Amino acid sequence: MSDPTSRPDAHLPAQQRTDMSAPGAPSEAPGGIKSPQVSFRSAPSLEAPVFEVGSLSVYYGSHEAVRDVNLTVGHRQITALIGPSGCGKSTVLRCFNRMNDLIPTARVVGKIRYHDEDLYGREVDPIEVRRRIGMVFQKPNPFPKSIYDNIAYGPRVGGFKGNLDDLVEETLTHAALWDEVKDKLKSSALALSGGQQQRLCIARTIAVKPEVVLMDEPCSALDPIATAKIEDLMEKLAEEFTIVIVTHNMQQAARVSHRTAFFTADVDDKGERHGRLVEYDETERIFSNPSDRRTEDYISGRFG
Amino acid sequence: MSTSAPKSVAGTPNRSLRRTRPRYGEAVIKGLLMAAALVSVATTVGIVISLIPPAVDFFRQVSISEFLTGTDWTPLFSDKKFGVLPLVAATFVITGIALLIAVPVGLGAAIYLSEYARPRVRQLLKPSLEVLAGIPTVVYGFFALAFITPQLQDILPEAWALEVRSGLAAGLVMGVMIVPTIASLTEDALSAVPHALREGAFALGSGKRTVSVRVVVPAALSGIVAACVLGISRAVGETMIVLIAAGVSTGLRFNPFMEMETMTAFIARAASGDVPVDSIEYNTIFAVGALLFLATFVMNLIAIRLVRKYREVYE
Amino acid sequence: MTAPVKEVGAPAPGRPMLAGPRWRPGESLFRWLLLACLSVGIVFLIALLAYVVGEAWPRLDSRLWNNFPSIRRPENAGAQSAIFGTIWVISFTALFCLPTGIMAAIYLEEYADQERWYNRLIELNIQNLAAVPSIIYGILGLGLLARQLALGTTVLTAALTLSLLVLPVVIIASREAIRAVPQSIRHASLALGATQWQTVWRQVLPAAVPGMATGSILALSRAIGEAAPVIMLGAVTFVMFNPEGLDSSYTVLPVQIYNWISQSRTEFHHLAAAAILLLLVILLVMNAAAIWLRNRYARRW
Repeated sequence: MSDPTSRPDAHLPAQQRTDMSAPGAPSEAPGGIKSPQVSFRSAPSLEAPVFEVGSLSVYYGSHEAVRDVNLTVGHRQITALIGPSGCGKSTVLRCFNRMNDLIPTARVVGKIRYHDEDLYGREVDPIEVRRRIGMVFQKPNPFPKSIYDNIAYGPRVGGFKGNLDDLVEETLTHAALWDEVKDKLKSSALALSGGQQQRLCIARTIAVKPEVVLMDEPCSALDPIATAKIEDLMEKLAEEFTIVIVTHNMQQAARVSHRTAFFTADVDDKGERHGRLVEYDETERIFSNPSDRRTEDYISGRFG
Repeated sequence: MSTSAPKSVAGTPNRSLRRTRPRYGEAVIKGLLMAAALVSVATTVGIVISLIPPAVDFFRQVSISEFLTGTDWTPLFSDKKFGVLPLVAATFVITGIALLIAVPVGLGAAIYLSEYARPRVRQLLKPSLEVLAGIPTVVYGFFALAFITPQLQDILPEAWALEVRSGLAAGLVMGVMIVPTIASLTEDALSAVPHALREGAFALGSGKRTVSVRVVVPAALSGIVAACVLGISRAVGETMIVLIAAGVSTGLRFNPFMEMETMTAFIARAASGDVPVDSIEYNTIFAVGALLFLATFVMNLIAIRLVRKYREVYE
Repeated sequence: MTAPVKEVGAPAPGRPMLAGPRWRPGESLFRWLLLACLSVGIVFLIALLAYVVGEAWPRLDSRLWNNFPSIRRPENAGAQSAIFGTIWVISFTALFCLPTGIMAAIYLEEYADQERWYNRLIELNIQNLAAVPSIIYGILGLGLLARQLALGTTVLTAALTLSLLVLPVVIIASREAIRAVPQSIRHASLALGATQWQTVWRQVLPAAVPGMATGSILALSRAIGEAAPVIMLGAVTFVMFNPEGLDSSYTVLPVQIYNWISQSRTEFHHLAAAAILLLLVILLVMNAAAIWLRNRYARRW
């Protein structure tokens, strides 16, 4: 088990970075990258944040996978974590619902506060954490069961006492999947297309009514049409849920997120990669007027 | 705990992340599962504690040097002699004959399956080895005694005087019995050799035989040795074939055409007779058993070590 | 075949440039040698079956399962007590070893931290036990169960001994079945707030059941054919009755076969062959069931 050590000196460093994003209009930046077809979503304030991350480092054995991450995730916002592969963005995401606990060698150092409660506190129950903070994975991974049972699984194991039929219908409607599957609720989820499977996985996650939904490159295994449907769904879900998404798709981050964190990987002399957070800001600012050179290089290399 | 007042957000229940109720069930289940896993440890402990007290009793009456160097074995007769060498020699002879068959045949079969056979052929031929492995050894023993021995008596010169029960017949049949063990473990080791190694050799213009014998087999050597060691361990521990087809003997002999008795056959024969508990005859069973257990234990550990070695290299 | 060849280098006339010698004696001899190795087993198998069937033919009738063993009248002897004994012993063997083995496999795959020394010890121990000679288990049964724990030479002792004998097989097979369940299923379940046991019970086990069933059947078929340890546990005398409980005396098919082989009269050889055939048919049916299960429920993830 990872034994988290909260550093007392790690106080609110996230704000330091967000402070740089002056509340003024960012489009006046002259060096910005031209991207006419993208309209950015304005970021709401970071009052009453869901997650506050301070000086977070994650180790796998003796290898430091991510170093010194500070960021703040706002309530009912979509926060995107982007960066090249191996930069530790998925590692950070997996800290938010303690999925890293499942890797025996993983160790989390630093502070992650969820509504002002230490997520890695000694008395915190990871089961309870995961019921409040759901996760959608890179490859669609429905259970080899019926569509109905996939949705009902979370509520069932959570001791849901109510009308499951209603809950399943309500959830599937919410996930914009009801019309497609209402006639085959009892058939296997594995018979659905990849995009439908992934939306089923999202539906399954919101069926337990979490506050946060974490998404780990949810569209990387899907075609563009299925991706578009998931992005639409994300925007809709952001009205009710806080969403943190890891993506390697710049345009996706630009389209759906309110805030974006750009990670990169330093390679040390032994050839090992250490992820670090370069810049965290409102998405519009990251994509039009990044303050760090590396962000600009990365974004202009793949974007616009 | 946080020092600042929790900020309440609309729509967010301000529940704590702490455990709402303790989950004793999970801990109880984990304990039960672990207990089940410990049954296997208890088995080993059980074997040791069933072996040691009678064996100790035995060595109070018979010196270890007499046991290990004596060449007469008559513990069930009235004139008792406790030299275990006849049993050990018989075990060696029969195991040796078995290996003479099983190692080349098992290796050949494994190389064919791993390097030559097309998937279709593989699917057809591999189960035949599995069937061979699934036949009870009492059936092998019957076949050795009732079919192989008469055939051998016809083929071999009369002067060789093959007896009705002999080390040869038992060893030959036992050889076939351990072919599946050696073949399947060797095949595992061969298929663990990375393809790049083969491709490299093919790229240098080597033929298939050269690649198999000069590249793949040496690369899988520790796995192959492990297969052979495990094969030896099985041969040494096999009981029914030798009990039925190899016979009984009291003196030290190496002639495979004659009757001979292995350690396992003695244990089975003595234990199935009427030996009074705690007598020297009864304790003899456990002394021989301890020797057998020790021998196979060492071989198994060597084999396990070797298998781990090649897995570490290639996986 | 002749193929048009461009004038590059100096191709042999009438043959494609890259054609090597048509026949490599070394290569094909080697190949035939390997194939011969593989056929040794097959030829042996065919000879064995043919011989057994031939020997069994005169005694393949209802006497085999209707009558009890007899020393004096081989023509009337049968194997009913051995058949029932086998059923009794194997049923209890299954009852003891399957739950234990599957639970141990779950512990080792889903709960055990492989870095801990005691878990590594358990693992090493199981690998070793799988290769311990079966006669040693007979010694365990005789010395510890029958004598020390005073269980006597009964159905219970035989079933417990055989359970311990095949336990490593059940554990190893069940572990493989559990390992074949993709990690993504476990993660999905845990991410929905399921506890570890809920994940194992509701996701991992249902997916692993076909594999575990296949492995269990193969393990039990090994127990059915096992004679050496049972010989040490009192199952040698001619038993004239079927077992009536766990504390009954008993015999089992392989031991009955051994008994008949040891007799000198040829009638007993035919009888032994007939009983062997019966045993092989039982094993064949079990193996076929295992293969059917494996193919029927093979899961495509």
